[in-house]
Amino acid sequence: MNLTQKTLEIRTSPHILSGMSTDTIMRNVVYALLPVAAFAVYAFGLAAALVISVSTISTVLTEHVLCRLTKKESTIGDWSAAITGLLYGLTLPPGLPLWMVFCGGVIAIALGKFMFGGLGYNPFNPALVGRAVMQAAFPVAITTWHPAFTTDRFYNLPDSTLTLPFMAPVFKAVTTATPLAQMKFDHKIADSYDLAMGFVSGSTGETCAVLILLGGAYLAWRKMMNWRIPAAIFLTVIVLSEFFHYLKPEIYPDSLFMLLSGGLMLGAVFMATDMVASPMTSRGVMIYGALIGILVVVIRLWGGLPEGVMYAILIANAASPHIDRLVQPRVYGTGGVKRKT
Amino acid sequence: METTITVKKTFPHGVHPPEAKEETHHLKIRRFPFAPVMILPLSQHTGKPSKAMVREGQEVARGQKIAEADGFVSVALHAPASGIIKRIALAPNPVGRMTPSIYLQPFPASSQEVLEGTPIDPDTASPDEIVKAIQDAGIVGLGGAAFPTHVKLKIPEGKFVDTLIINGVECEPYLTTDHRVMLEQKDDIFMGIRYLMKVTGAQRTIIGIEANKLDAAQELSAAIPAGMPVSVEVFKVKYPQGAEKMLIKALLDREVPSGGLPVDVHTVVVNVATAAEIGRLLPHGRGIMERVITITGPGVAKKGNYWIPIGTPVRYVLEQAGAKDNISLVFLGGPMMGQAVSNLDFPFTKGTSGLVVFTEAETNSKPQKIYPCIHCAYCVDACPMFLNPSQMGILAKKERYEEMAEQYNLFDCFECGACSYVCPSHIPLVQYFRVAKGILREKKAAS
Repeated sequence: MNLTQKTLEIRTSPHILSGMSTDTIMRNVVYALLPVAAFAVYAFGLAAALVISVSTISTVLTEHVLCRLTKKESTIGDWSAAITGLLYGLTLPPGLPLWMVFCGGVIAIALGKFMFGGLGYNPFNPALVGRAVMQAAFPVAITTWHPAFTTDRFYNLPDSTLTLPFMAPVFKAVTTATPLAQMKFDHKIADSYDLAMGFVSGSTGETCAVLILLGGAYLAWRKMMNWRIPAAIFLTVIVLSEFFHYLKPEIYPDSLFMLLSGGLMLGAVFMATDMVASPMTSRGVMIYGALIGILVVVIRLWGGLPEGVMYAILIANAASPHIDRLVQPRVYGTGGVKRKT
Repeated sequence: METTITVKKTFPHGVHPPEAKEETHHLKIRRFPFAPVMILPLSQHTGKPSKAMVREGQEVARGQKIAEADGFVSVALHAPASGIIKRIALAPNPVGRMTPSIYLQPFPASSQEVLEGTPIDPDTASPDEIVKAIQDAGIVGLGGAAFPTHVKLKIPEGKFVDTLIINGVECEPYLTTDHRVMLEQKDDIFMGIRYLMKVTGAQRTIIGIEANKLDAAQELSAAIPAGMPVSVEVFKVKYPQGAEKMLIKALLDREVPSGGLPVDVHTVVVNVATAAEIGRLLPHGRGIMERVITITGPGVAKKGNYWIPIGTPVRYVLEQAGAKDNISLVFLGGPMMGQAVSNLDFPFTKGTSGLVVFTEAETNSKPQKIYPCIHCAYCVDACPMFLNPSQMGILAKKERYEEMAEQYNLFDCFECGACSYVCPSHIPLVQYFRVAKGILREKKAAS
């Protein structure tokens, strides 16, 4: 061959890469969420399908439009907006008016992510920012639950779903209470098997613990999720709730109920593990997970709200850069050097 | 003789790139022809360049010393072939600068017999004589760093060495030179160890090898001369285990202090090919004229391990090795730390351990889009020095270099590339760190 005519590439080492890519990670998180979303549709029917679709469309669309408005290349190809949309949709009650769902999606991306600089710069999990704003703006609508597995769920919508934009929804149909609310206000404890399998009421995607754990296990196996975060959360919740249950079993539920009820599974596995908003070191994520666990138990047992996972994660998100700063890894060759004398 | 080998643990963190050694690890070392012109940079090592001892037009014999060490951190240079010195001029060098180099034209019809020098006996020679002989033989670390070997063998006053470590890890993917050297030059290695133990005063020697070279580990442990306090230890395969600091951690569980040297934790690490070279050259008083390299990668037809004369230009090697038409990236060394060749007139120097050729299929397969850092912490879990590449990358982008050095130990980074390798956002982290170090050094020099 003629080597004088050859143009060679110049690049810096390393010349090989692991092949892992940010969009691959994000896409796999979406895959892991799909069974959870499918179960939501199975349990709550058409309403859940609409809520999840609208939430996902709203976040992806917002990201795309904002990129265009700021004259940047659209970043929807990295799949992170889709995760935000899916997660946000899965935290909503199935009967939430669709116009509210849409507003929350716009806020999640615009306020929770884009304002800080987009992917990689969001201090909080954007889906939870959207959810938190909804909770503050529409406290009634977002805590009105519809029963799962109604017979007409695949062809009938709750009256509230199609409320006209900026109109208050009317909840005519039968609404129900979540297991956590029953625990808190009526001291009724749901059956663990029903909780694990998702035969209870709640937000669209939070009810089936088994599918959430399976999705998490898949991501942990692909090393796309730090398993230490849910592990630390679960462990803290188990220890704390068992302690209080032991003290006053008639008021405080046992750890199994605490783990399986409400948004803890979905939050611990899919939201607290948002890479951007969680610490980086192994010790850091342990502290972070423990903090979430403590906050969840405190809010659930003594707070005014039945559920505390969302605020627990948001507070821990805020603490995460500080945790990182505190527990930097010990650099090789600095301190603690073992010397033979 | 079969010896049972237990696979030792390893150092914490690190990465597992594909080994890509199977195409060449079984190929015996073959000779490579002399190039029509050889280019011998006077600076093939870390430290002061050698001083030329020849004139243009002078005829030299193979093995004749053509440049001498200039000071302690410098080594001699020997003619890789009998021939005529065409000129002494600036020539392109892989380090990026034009450096003074000797152009040697080998005599085509010469017998290429090697000039002999004064033999050094490992039993009677004093440590200082051996240090001097190693410097005169022009020996540098053949693992890639090209640091003059005699410098680290000169144990400073008040320090001592209890363990000599022979580095046969060869953790860079694609490269199989150390593997072949361990299989084919066992006597030279043990001879070299004799010199090295004498010089350093070490009471024992450990040869560290990764588990992907079990045949070498078995043959070497079976060949240990009777009475010699040498053992062979096998590690799990992990990159960058061949880095001195990781090897010491894995073998002895000692940590070289930040900014310190292995001798601070009573050990000296010498690459196995360097040890073999010492064992081969010193008994004859010769200098280093050639080294073993691996020529491999999808872009060459004749992959293999070769004895290559120092100073052979890359162009000649590519022609001889049958480079394909669609080559697009050529680098010296392994893919993790190797240097891309920007000029085919670069010569092979003493520190070059391989030539890997990639084709367009490897380089253009997918344009790597750079995403923002998503704090996935893959780099934090990969860094063998326990640095925080993610945080340093963010600081580098903001040009906060001082903070990187003062708060995040930038200068403990030895640029193994593990962070860039794992980064899913394809951020060129290690390149950021090279730039940051360069700028800080310049600032320091300016002030």
